[in-house]
Amino acid sequence: MAETGSRPAPGDRTVIGLVFGNSNSSIAYTLDEKAEVIANEDGDRQIPTVLSYVDGDEYYGQQAKAFLVRNPKNTIAYFKEFVGQDFKSIDPTHNHASAHPHDVDGVVSFTVNDKEEAVEPSTLSVSEVTTRYLRRLITAASEYLGKTVTSAVITVPTDFTDKQKAALIKAANDADLEVLQLIAEPVAAILAYDARPEATVEDKIVVVADLGDTRSDVAVVASRGGMYTILATSHDYEFAGCHLDQVLIDHFAKEFIKKHNTTDPRENARSLAKLKLEAESTKKALSLGTNASFSIESLIEGIDFTSTINRLRYEMSARKVFEGINRLIEAVVKKADLDVLDIDEVILSGGTSHTPRIANNLAALFPESTTIVAPATCATAINPSELLARGAALQASLIQEYDAEDIDQSTHPAVSTVKHIANALGVVTLAADDASSESFTPIVPAETAVPARRVARIAGPKNGGDVLIRVVEGGAHIKVTKPEPKQKAETNGAKDEDDSDDSDDDSSDEDDEEEEKREKVWRIGNTVAEAAVRDVKKGSQVEVTLTVNADLSVIVTAREIGGKGGVRGVVKAP
Amino acid sequence: MIMATATLATQPLPVLPEGWAGEKDFNPIGSLSAATQRTIEPVGPHFLAHARRARHKRTFSEDDRIQAQEAAKKVESTNDDEISEPEDPMDLQRDAKDWKSQDHYQVLGLSKYRYKATEEQIKRAHRKKVLKHHPDKKAAAGVTDDDNFFKCIQKAHEVLMDPVKRRQFDSVDEKADVDPPSKKQLAKGNYYKLWGSVFKSEGRFSKTTPVPEFGDENATKEQVDEFYNFWYNFDSWRTFEYLDEDVPDDNENRDQKRHVERKNTNARKKKKAEDNARLRKLLDDASAGDERIKKFRQEANAAKNKRRLEKEAAEKRALEEAKAKKEAEERAAQEAEAAAKAEREAQKKAKESAKNAVKKNKRVLKGSVKEANYFASGAASAADVDAVLGDVELVQGKIDPEEIAALAGKLNGLTVADEIKSVWSAEVKRLVEAGKLKEGDAKSLA
Repeated sequence: MAETGSRPAPGDRTVIGLVFGNSNSSIAYTLDEKAEVIANEDGDRQIPTVLSYVDGDEYYGQQAKAFLVRNPKNTIAYFKEFVGQDFKSIDPTHNHASAHPHDVDGVVSFTVNDKEEAVEPSTLSVSEVTTRYLRRLITAASEYLGKTVTSAVITVPTDFTDKQKAALIKAANDADLEVLQLIAEPVAAILAYDARPEATVEDKIVVVADLGDTRSDVAVVASRGGMYTILATSHDYEFAGCHLDQVLIDHFAKEFIKKHNTTDPRENARSLAKLKLEAESTKKALSLGTNASFSIESLIEGIDFTSTINRLRYEMSARKVFEGINRLIEAVVKKADLDVLDIDEVILSGGTSHTPRIANNLAALFPESTTIVAPATCATAINPSELLARGAALQASLIQEYDAEDIDQSTHPAVSTVKHIANALGVVTLAADDASSESFTPIVPAETAVPARRVARIAGPKNGGDVLIRVVEGGAHIKVTKPEPKQKAETNGAKDEDDSDDSDDDSSDEDDEEEEKREKVWRIGNTVAEAAVRDVKKGSQVEVTLTVNADLSVIVTAREIGGKGGVRGVVKAP
Repeated sequence: MIMATATLATQPLPVLPEGWAGEKDFNPIGSLSAATQRTIEPVGPHFLAHARRARHKRTFSEDDRIQAQEAAKKVESTNDDEISEPEDPMDLQRDAKDWKSQDHYQVLGLSKYRYKATEEQIKRAHRKKVLKHHPDKKAAAGVTDDDNFFKCIQKAHEVLMDPVKRRQFDSVDEKADVDPPSKKQLAKGNYYKLWGSVFKSEGRFSKTTPVPEFGDENATKEQVDEFYNFWYNFDSWRTFEYLDEDVPDDNENRDQKRHVERKNTNARKKKKAEDNARLRKLLDDASAGDERIKKFRQEANAAKNKRRLEKEAAEKRALEEAKAKKEAEERAAQEAEAAAKAEREAQKKAKESAKNAVKKNKRVLKGSVKEANYFASGAASAADVDAVLGDVELVQGKIDPEEIAALAGKLNGLTVADEIKSVWSAEVKRLVEAGKLKEGDAKSLA
């Protein structure tokens, strides 16, 4: 096994992708360029990030989570957020039902009885807890793979500070794990999709909504030629999986009180822990089926409780949370100075993304051209709980042959920080139906990192001959077309009826908005260069290659496909 | 990496206007507007390609070319390490029934790889041999009924592709062993290199990997300790099942069967014990001649001795210092005594010479009055002589030797009576003034 801090040689590495989450963690490895998530010895792919100590024995994952009911004082949960943080800046809300964090010289620590009985309880710093937990994950992965895992790529939220990153790397090193790289969670999710063999390299804007148990993170990412640039991010602790659990807890607690006329089971810590565990599994069941049962043995005062709920009831109760998630995503798109029309793809990741309502809401929020990649809306979607681990494993397999020094150099800001062109670059074409109206055809989209090279094939004029290639910058704006008043007058009578029909589920305000036609329109900006391709045959195509260099100079080449020669020119850097 | 697909635009390009002209059909007109600095996420194959281009300062087309070359090289090298060992004619004559004694690696042409051969290599080697020795091919060449070697190949493949059987075979594959170096070899060659290769080959039986290396003469104490600890606690997967006697599988004689099985188990145990003993001896031999261990022991001893020697040296030094101090003191005392003695003698001498000088001066004084004829005109009477000499004695008694010397200096050489008298009277006057003589004393000299 590798010694602490030492780096194994590239050839001797066994690498995994590791997601160390606040509620759940997962591990994945790659086999023949396909990422697979590893199930631990309990058979879980989503391994709860919980450690529990009973009579000196250490439990982790699902087993430890079960101890939240019987042994909460010696069970540590929700500690990931605390790694590398001062006690002052942590939010201990979620730890209420488990071991409480406390302050030891500013270091977040937990006091648990981790030895045999009759010994003083020991105080563990959060980094020590992390090391112990990671060690269990590594052991599970090593046992599964039959080889000692030496190195990993770990995903981190985009708002992880350098201090937190350093603390995480340190904790991993203490667990004899070399951290090859820390990668941003939204990017791991995109990579998991882009690395599928059927995926093609496209220029697109992707929104990644990582909806977890305790927090939701949304990022707008420009995916340009397989390279990812994060344009805007947002983090939220108000609309996440645990709030959906809370909805169910409240629902069933009320029902229980009504039925048995007892005290509120939420007042009792043990009953609340039972409610929480069962609510979570009911929530999961509701993501798959339309009905789910909820049953707890001896909830309080020895009374058993069994009930059922259907999905509609649940979705109505949880509406506030769902709407919050919608608002959150809308806000991030706005933050990136984009419109929902600019978004090509929405990737839902994280356990909460299984909820069908969330995906359906997003499908309504975004235009039809936007793909919502979630199990409820897309048949080919990957299990959202596994996305991050797969992405991390893929990245790990990509860089496992690199020396540590090589990785550092390649990920150095000098390499990764580059210019991104502000406006799209393309050529002027003629509208298909109207030969006099010029329009803009983008070839290199905005926010593309330079140097960049793009190739486009454009139809020549109908009758052939010489063609003009005008390379221009283009700007997009959203054109809002109000419905024509005449039409409105005509359908007025009918519309009233519509209104009364629709008002059940939606306000009439939104109705009006929906009638507006919003579309993305290109505006032709300043001309960069002109070139001529002569004697194009009738019906053939012209291939235009635009290469934008790192200094923003542009190389334009154009040739007729199948033809000889062509034209090449350089536009100087500004 | 290239953008694999070109975007397709359905809208047609405009026709070149009349009279459009440009140098080589190209007209640069403007330039790109300002760009934003952003950070690309360092993730994914395309970023790695970007990093490669950026770090090696390659353009897209250069990078495409270099990547293509590297890809081509890879294909070549996989073909290159292809197994191409000459076939042993003895092997070709083998009887397939005697598969237990055949060297499976050699049959497949992998004798230089042995336990290191990967599954991929075994597969390829097998395929190659099958293509060459397939009985149908032989039949086509006119040789019939010669599938013996083919059966050997199949057997070798069967053994080597089954991890359990392969381990059993590897356990007894003596050709992969490296013999321990002889004394002669050790005398000539590098001790660490020779033993290192022995333990490297023994290490193939280790259940735990990686196996620590023997290291060289510069290895640290920790490394050496780790090595010997590892090997003295060696956990081996080596088994000797492969050498088992065939168990009769007929159901007729159960006792016989059990007997053979028992025999096999015992033989295995015995061989395993022998193997452990052999390994132990190897280790003992290696450590016995290991200069590093000696060095570390010497260093440890040296450290212990150093402390002791230092203590002794300190004691010795203290003793010497005390002795030197004492001697110095004695010497100083002697010198002081000698100096005092010399001084005393000098003082004595000075006293004597002073006494002599006084005597001499006194003679001068007395002589002077005699020269002056005792200040008498004509022959001096005895009374005059007595009075003058008595006064001279008086004066002499009142003044100290320096004054006597001064007076003598003044009187010396004087012959005239008046001059002598005036000197004496001046002296008497001075003494009277100084209160040493009373008025009227030494009248004869005044």
